[in-house]
Amino acid sequence: MIRDTLTPDSKLVSNYINGNEHSLEILIKRHQQRLFSFIYSKVKNKDITEDIFQDTFIKVIRTLKKGNYNEEGKFLPWVVRISHNLVIDHFRKSNRMPKFRNTDEFDIFSVLGDDVLNAEKKMIKEQIHEDVRELINELPEEQKQVLIMRMYNDMSFNEISENTGVSINTALGRMRYALINLRKLIEKNKIILVN
Amino acid sequence: MMQLYSKKSPEFREQPRKETIQFLVNFSQSLKVIKTKSDHFIELNLN
Repeated sequence: MIRDTLTPDSKLVSNYINGNEHSLEILIKRHQQRLFSFIYSKVKNKDITEDIFQDTFIKVIRTLKKGNYNEEGKFLPWVVRISHNLVIDHFRKSNRMPKFRNTDEFDIFSVLGDDVLNAEKKMIKEQIHEDVRELINELPEEQKQVLIMRMYNDMSFNEISENTGVSINTALGRMRYALINLRKLIEKNKIILVN
Repeated sequence: MMQLYSKKSPEFREQPRKETIQFLVNFSQSLKVIKTKSDHFIELNLN
């Protein structure tokens, strides 16, 4: 099949709304890789990415068929925004945010993963959060800054680099040392972070 | 030590399954939306 790279998105959308189903297929195939990669970069799971990708376009299809779409030459950003919101919904439902990775040393999700926390578990969770915050405060300022930007503000390393005025490699290095030093602090203070 | 920055996964360059795309195409073809007199939408999935 010859790929249609000439017809702009806006025209394809218009054709689709007017009943040309093939235009939708062109749109999906034109943007599928970029959208798929975007979703995967957030959820890090291929099956979940497939689901969210599918749900995204189901919403797109419904909105277009209802005639609720205002074309301003921004089809892809609109689709990406839909997928982004679905990613957020996914994390809300699963009650997890992809901020900490499990290691051999501790699994923070063993504490945070419970949907229904009784009072005791809630206190433990809050105490652990407080412990983690205090540990982070003991890091060297540059490392603390990068870690907070990455883990709490969910910034990309590109954004961190722009905000702090250092290269991406430097930001990466500071993050690496932040985590190394965090582990050392955990050992030094003999803090137990698992329930 | 935890490996922080692994090589970029080849899955970043992967695409959705063909079945997913086909499902979306079929879904669109079978979906008819009707607007009622009271400005409500009814979705009909016609195979």
